[in-house]
Amino acid sequence: MDDNSINNQTTNNSLQNIISDLTNPIKRNPIGNKIWVTFLVLVIIAGLVAYGYQIKTGLGVTAMRDYSSWGMYIGHFVFLVAVSLVGSLVTAILKLTGQKWATPVTRISEIIAVAAVALAGLTIIVDMGHPDRALNLFLHGRFASPILWDVTVVTTYLVISVILLFLPLIPDIAILRDHYTDAPKWKKKVYNILSLGWKGTEEQYKLLKKSIRIMMVLIMPVALAIHTVTSWLFAATLRTGWNSTIFGPYFVAGAFMAGAAAVIIAMYFFNKNYKLQKYLLPKHFDMMAKLLVLTSLVYLYFNINEYIMPYYKMMQLDRDHLNELFSGEESILFWSVQIFGMFIPIILLLFKKMRTPLPMMIISVFVVIGAWLKRMIIVIPTQFHPTFPIQNVPENFHHYDPTLIEITITSATVAMVLLIITLFVRLFPILPIWEIAHESGHHDIEKEGQK
Amino acid sequence: MSTKEENNNPRRKFLKTLGLAAGAVSGAGMLSSFTSETENEKVKVLSQDGQLVEVDAKSLKIANNPDKGIELTELQKRGREGIPGKKWVMVIDLSRCQNARKCMEACQTAHELRPEQHHINVLRMQDTKQTAPYYMPKPCYHCDNPPCTKVCPVNATFKRQDGIVLIDNERCIGCRFCVAACPYSARMFQWFEPEMTEEEKMRTYDIELNVPQKKGTITKCLFSADRLREGKLPYCVSACPNGVYYFGDRNEDAVTNGTTGETVRFSELIRDNAGYTYHEELGTKPQVYYLPPKDRRVPYKAPENQS
Repeated sequence: MDDNSINNQTTNNSLQNIISDLTNPIKRNPIGNKIWVTFLVLVIIAGLVAYGYQIKTGLGVTAMRDYSSWGMYIGHFVFLVAVSLVGSLVTAILKLTGQKWATPVTRISEIIAVAAVALAGLTIIVDMGHPDRALNLFLHGRFASPILWDVTVVTTYLVISVILLFLPLIPDIAILRDHYTDAPKWKKKVYNILSLGWKGTEEQYKLLKKSIRIMMVLIMPVALAIHTVTSWLFAATLRTGWNSTIFGPYFVAGAFMAGAAAVIIAMYFFNKNYKLQKYLLPKHFDMMAKLLVLTSLVYLYFNINEYIMPYYKMMQLDRDHLNELFSGEESILFWSVQIFGMFIPIILLLFKKMRTPLPMMIISVFVVIGAWLKRMIIVIPTQFHPTFPIQNVPENFHHYDPTLIEITITSATVAMVLLIITLFVRLFPILPIWEIAHESGHHDIEKEGQK
Repeated sequence: MSTKEENNNPRRKFLKTLGLAAGAVSGAGMLSSFTSETENEKVKVLSQDGQLVEVDAKSLKIANNPDKGIELTELQKRGREGIPGKKWVMVIDLSRCQNARKCMEACQTAHELRPEQHHINVLRMQDTKQTAPYYMPKPCYHCDNPPCTKVCPVNATFKRQDGIVLIDNERCIGCRFCVAACPYSARMFQWFEPEMTEEEKMRTYDIELNVPQKKGTITKCLFSADRLREGKLPYCVSACPNGVYYFGDRNEDAVTNGTTGETVRFSELIRDNAGYTYHEELGTKPQVYYLPPKDRRVPYKAPENQS
């Protein structure tokens, strides 16, 4: 870990330069950005129309039927929860263990976490047959059900993540309030309110750092809890393929891997679109790539445990399920995901040349797509291996081929995640200005800034 | 439905009269509720002995309606409580099943299910390559340690004191966790709007019958809880032409064959015929027992045109 070399490169930078560089993305609104936002909004509208149709007609508009009664929505929910874990990995685990290089990546991972977990909650509502009765969870909630645990921890995680996103943002909002003088009126108002009268006194910083630390400690058990509980939605059943004792750590490991890859993709595009190369250095990419390798190796280890041991024992239902994955109907998908989404990325990222922005971004795209498909593989095929044979039902009950409606709705939730991140970047600095300034030796932002 | 419309339709009025008569026979207490816009509106109807009488519009009901004229809250309450002192049990004699499927038909009719929905499903089974194939009717096992009710987040599905596992379609949020949790595939979901007329949709929901079925919720075998309340055997049990089913009360240690009407000791029947339950290793404690498919009355016939 070579922290000094990272910090040295930014030390020579003047505070004015830092502020101007990092607030630049907020001040410009290039045409590309407008097209991007319009595209996202259109996808969301299409999703809303599809959802309206689903509400009216019933969940039968999806490919889900009585045997595969959970499908793309649930898999997608697991994926979103997984991606959201990266917030706690980067902001809490790395920072608390003194990994200084992670500073510029914290806010990127935290906004990904907030957006993903918020949409995870929404995806669950999309999957409900009676969303209008969601309130029953509070009126008639039974705490013996893992769903209640999930609702509790997902909400808690969302709240803590928002706080952990907001707290380090306060000094930066104050900087925007003081330095972004030609901001539109509404933005000025937002900055005025949200900066909470920040003055940047030593005492304020002390309080802020202390609160951030407390939240960092708090978020770790909650982050572990949300994905462990999510895995229990499956592991709490008696079904082959789900009836596993390692589902908790297996899911958490996979989550860190997917999240790290998501952050790398975000880093690449922020770097390219917002000219942050001076701050998101090759070194940061290199460290993130190493983090991705580490998390992938842990995930590989759990994969070996999860698939190889049941395959060795060959209990009848396990055998049917695993044969379907290894050499049957789902084998192409299964092996593509394992090879292109895990084995090859691990090997490639061992080479230094691959740990540069463009190659690792492409690798990360494969990892993220693989992670999404892996969730489908975990959720769907196992349901076609119940204890009794599937008989006397129409042909489409034997397969799961997602319909256009559910693909459109799922895409809309992805678009919402991206829209939240995009709008956030239009309003707030995506890199933590004050933390970077402090690490570059500018300790008194407020005084220096006014000179 | 509006009362005005009904008054203009003589046939419907006649049906109402019949309903009133039926209601009167089954006791005044049952004439408590029906849908009406105004509370004290009076309607003229013919009584059973040919007299024109005026009755409260509220007390009218349609004759071909399984609606028992009991208020929803009462149906829900007694449905959740169950029948005190009973512990229902079913025994299925696999040696007698010939795949007649009368049980499936009777069940689908009573619960207004689509052709692909099976509260009870007759499966073609073959345990190993060497053993003979046989037919196996599979209802819900009404487990004593039900994995499905455990995971329900809103207590919509529950186990009653008489052992029946029911689903409340008025409360179910449609998360389908119970479908995932049931190892016996005993649960179905209403993926679409169930097919019925507007009028049928207005019937009071009976939790012991799951009728009217509701879109976006679960439906499952109920051991015909509504029939048990009337002292009758379940729909499937009485529909069987081949004497496959025994049904009864474990507390009385007596089960009755739905075809022959013969009542035998449950414990003896199970002991003498090596009765068993499926997948006991899962710890679910099913309350549906099977008698092995040995010495079959008729040879196994491969099904025709049954997918």
